Amino acid sequence: MQLTVEFGGGLELLCNSVKIHNINIETPKGAQQLAMRDLLVWVQNNLIKERPEMFIKGDTVRPGVLVLVNDCDWELSGQLDTTLEEKDVVVFISTLHGG
Amino acid sequence: MAESHAKVQKVGGGRLCCICNERRAALKRPKTLEQICRECFFAVFEEEIHQVIVENQLFNPGERIAIGASGGKDSTVLAYVLSELNRRHDYRLDLFLLSVDEGITGYRDDSLETVKRNEIQYGLPLKIVSYKDLYGWTMDEIVKIIGLKNNCTFCGVFRRQALDRGASLLKVDKLVTGHNADDIAETVLLNILRGDIARLSRCTAITTGEDGPIPRCKPFKYTYEKEIVMYAYFKRLDYFSTECIYSPNAYRGFAREFIKDLERIRPRAILDIIKSGENFRIATSTKMPEQGTCERCGYISSQKWCKACVLLEGLNRGLPKLGIGRTRVLDKDQKKDLKQSIGTKSIASKQCGSLDF
Repeated sequence: MQLTVEFGGGLELLCNSVKIHNINIETPKGAQQLAMRDLLVWVQNNLIKERPEMFIKGDTVRPGVLVLVNDCDWELSGQLDTTLEEKDVVVFISTLHGG
Repeated sequence: MAESHAKVQKVGGGRLCCICNERRAALKRPKTLEQICRECFFAVFEEEIHQVIVENQLFNPGERIAIGASGGKDSTVLAYVLSELNRRHDYRLDLFLLSVDEGITGYRDDSLETVKRNEIQYGLPLKIVSYKDLYGWTMDEIVKIIGLKNNCTFCGVFRRQALDRGASLLKVDKLVTGHNADDIAETVLLNILRGDIARLSRCTAITTGEDGPIPRCKPFKYTYEKEIVMYAYFKRLDYFSTECIYSPNAYRGFAREFIKDLERIRPRAILDIIKSGENFRIATSTKMPEQGTCERCGYISSQKWCKACVLLEGLNRGLPKLGIGRTRVLDKDQKKDLKQSIGTKSIASKQCGSLDF
């Protein structure tokens, strides 16, 4: 599945300062759909190069990191349970840097 | 069937904006938990700030106002929204951008480029004051001498004064800063943890320093950081978001993380902490530091010399620990001499990051 993953608000610094990543990700075996919880694991393993604790805390994003799926706050779509489809755009923005 | 259901889930459960009932909701407001669309969000976000300005009488027509601009999200959104509201509601304010150049290579020089773009984008005149010009030292030079331990103390003390000096050069009536609700909740907590009664009693005030030369106010006092960042994202505002290369991110960092954890459990907690801070009543018998002026530079100070002059004296005399922690590095005579000439209490390193209250 093709997805676009975008980092902002300083999070791009954790992935070699690259903001936009076009990725290809498989739906986990046995699952029908790819959920945000799967994507987070994939992003942590494949895109985050340093200081993963700035991105992840426990099994979800660190508090203060905003997540938008197709420009919609993931708090409206079930957060980790949000399911993803072909060509979806997922944006992670840190609110923690600078004023 | 399952698939179409999933699609609906993803776009917000097909949920409509609870204000206009027409468009698809784009975010959940932390303050009210309402689900609202992008357009209604812009409207309520701006209107709430307008209400805060009106209710607290932050400005008077004809005033000259400096916006403390770091190039970061808060001050960028503040500059944008203020110039918008100034036009829309005819505040008749003369707005300026005021930036401080601490002299931090690879950090402030980049963020100042953002402010320079903002100057053009929003049509607001920009004034930059530098530590080098004001104090003769850049932060890079200071860090070379004192290392990475107390550098935030220097930076915090110097920035506060630099903003005031810049504001007086611009001949403005007030200085506004982008401190948001999360910042203020965090500061309430820090001041409780430090037992700093004087700061606790004033850190929730929306306007401070009315007795001083240039009052400061915080129009974002009740504005959530999440909404500021969402607003900047949806409006595609140009801001700079790199952490200061010298920031140890220590004490304040813990408070910040704690506030963010609380917010996740109960977003209202941020406003509740601010409310608690406002409702503290400090006993009238509590001894507060007396406000005077610095004998050397004339800046407001509760001591004989202001903190900036003490720190600067240390730097210039090759005793950079002066004014930080204990003065045990000095021999007895020097100590006596310093105590008499400066008459200051040592204050342990406090400030961290760009938040000055």
